[in-house]
Amino acid sequence: MSDQPDHVVRSFDNELKRLRAMITEMGGMVETQVSLATQAILQRDAAAAARAVEDDVKVDALERDIEQFVIRLLALRQPMAADLRHIVAALKMTGDLERIGDYAANVAKRSIVLAQYPMGYSFSGLAHMLQLVQAQLKAIIDAIGNNDTEQAIAVWKSDARIDDVYNTVFRELITYMMEDPRNITSCAHLLFIAKNLERIGDHATNIAETIHYAVTGQVLTDARPKSDNSAYAVVRPPE
Amino acid sequence: MSVTTHPSHGLGALKTSPTEDLNTAKIAMRGLDFFYGDNRALKGIALDFPNRQVTGLIGPSGCGKSTLLRVLNRMYDLYPGQRATGEAMMDGINLIGDDVDVNALRARVGMVFQKPTPFPMTIYDNIAFGVKLHEKLSKAAMDERVEWCLTRSALWGEAKDRLHTSAMGLSGGQQQRLCIARTIAVRPEVILLDEPTSALDPISTLKIEELIDELKSDFTIAIVTHNMQQAARCADQVAFFYLGEMVECAPAAQLFTAPREKRTQEYVTGRFG
Repeated sequence: MSDQPDHVVRSFDNELKRLRAMITEMGGMVETQVSLATQAILQRDAAAAARAVEDDVKVDALERDIEQFVIRLLALRQPMAADLRHIVAALKMTGDLERIGDYAANVAKRSIVLAQYPMGYSFSGLAHMLQLVQAQLKAIIDAIGNNDTEQAIAVWKSDARIDDVYNTVFRELITYMMEDPRNITSCAHLLFIAKNLERIGDHATNIAETIHYAVTGQVLTDARPKSDNSAYAVVRPPE
Repeated sequence: MSVTTHPSHGLGALKTSPTEDLNTAKIAMRGLDFFYGDNRALKGIALDFPNRQVTGLIGPSGCGKSTLLRVLNRMYDLYPGQRATGEAMMDGINLIGDDVDVNALRARVGMVFQKPTPFPMTIYDNIAFGVKLHEKLSKAAMDERVEWCLTRSALWGEAKDRLHTSAMGLSGGQQQRLCIARTIAVRPEVILLDEPTSALDPISTLKIEELIDELKSDFTIAIVTHNMQQAARCADQVAFFYLGEMVECAPAAQLFTAPREKRTQEYVTGRFG
C-alpha cells in the first residue's frame, strides 16, 4: 500500500497502518514462540517452554483484537480494491498466525514431557526441521511487513523441503521405536512435534498465498507444493 | 428509425428478438467525442452497453459520465453549440447521426434524472401522457398499460388507490419510481439512469436498486452513480471515467477488487486528487 498516494480521508490511512502494525506484531510474537519452543526441545529448557505456552494467551488476544478491528474497518470504511484485499488478507493471516502459535505452544508442552526421558538417539533430523521452519517463518513475516511477493513465492516453494525432512524424521523415529520399545513414549511425542512443525510450514504457505493475492490481486494458481507422504508410510517390523 | 419499428406493443412478452443475446452490445460506442463549444468533454469513448445488462458509470464530477447519457438520447440537441462526433451504434443505426428521429429515439432510449420530475398532473396521466405521443390505445389498453408499468416499477401497491390524484403528493422515492414507470411505459429498449437515487433515503434507494435488478431482464440499463457500493451492487459491468476519457471497463467484481488501471485503483479506494 506504501506505493500509493494517501487517502482523501487521512484517518483511514492511519487505520491501515495500525492494522499492518498489529499483524507484524502478531507475526513477531509467534516467531518468538517458535524459537522458544525450539530452545525448549534442543536445550531441554523448561523455562523457555513455559514462556512459549504463556505467550499463546497474548497471541490469541491479539488475534481477537485484529478480527474486531477488521470488522470495524469493513463496516465503517467499505474498502475497495487493494484496500479491501489487504484488509481481508489481514483477517486470513491472523488466523494462520494464531494456528502457528498453537502449534508452537503444543511443541513446547511436549518438550516438558520429553525432558523426563533419556535421549539415546540422534536429534539432528528434527533439529534441521526446526531450523528450516524458523527460517521460513522469519521470511514470511518479513514478506508481510514489506508486501514482498517474491519472498512470499520463495516461501511458498520452500515448503516442499520441510515436507521432505518431515518424511525422513518420521521414518527415523519409527526406526528408533522398533530398536528399543523404551523409546516409544519420547518418539511418539517427537512424532507429534514433527507433525506440528510440518503444519506450521503449511500455514506459512497459506500466508504466502494471501500476501500474493493482497498485493497483486492475482491468485497463486499453480498446484501447491506438497510432499508430506507420511500418511502413506509403512515400516515393517524386523522378522 | 421511426416509431413504427415497434408498433402497438401488446402486454405480453417484450420485444426481445431471439437474436438479441446477452453479451451482444445493445449500444456500441466507438471514437465518440462530445463538445460543449470548444470544450471536448468526451474523448474517443469506446464502450459497449451489453444487451439486457446493467452498466455502471462512475468517476469524479465533471468526468463526462452524465454527458455520455445526454449524448445517447440526444439531450444536447436542445442546446446550440453542443455537438457529438463518432459512433454510438444501436441496432445498426448511429444514434448521433443527423437523420435520426429524435422523438422516436427517446421512446427507445429512456432517461431518468437525479431529481424526480413528475409532471404536475395525476399519477395516471403522468404515465398516459408519454404513451399517447407514440401510440393510440383504447381506454382499457391504457389502463392495462398503466397497471403494467406501475407494477414493474414496484409502485402499483402504493398507487393503485390514488391513480387520479396528483403525482406531486407522492414521496420522493415514490416519485422516482413513477418516473421509472413513465419511462418504461413507452416500452424503451434502453434505460439511462442519471444518479437516480442521490436524492432518496436509504430504503427508497434500495427499492430502486431492487427495481433495476428486476428490470434488467427486459431492458438494457446504464446507471450513473457517485455511490460506488451502489455500482458494485447493481451493475454487471462498470466503466470508470476520468477527464472525459473512459479509463477502464470491467465486470463489477473485478473493477472493485482488482482493477487493472492505477487511476481506477486510486479512485475506488478514495485516494484521488
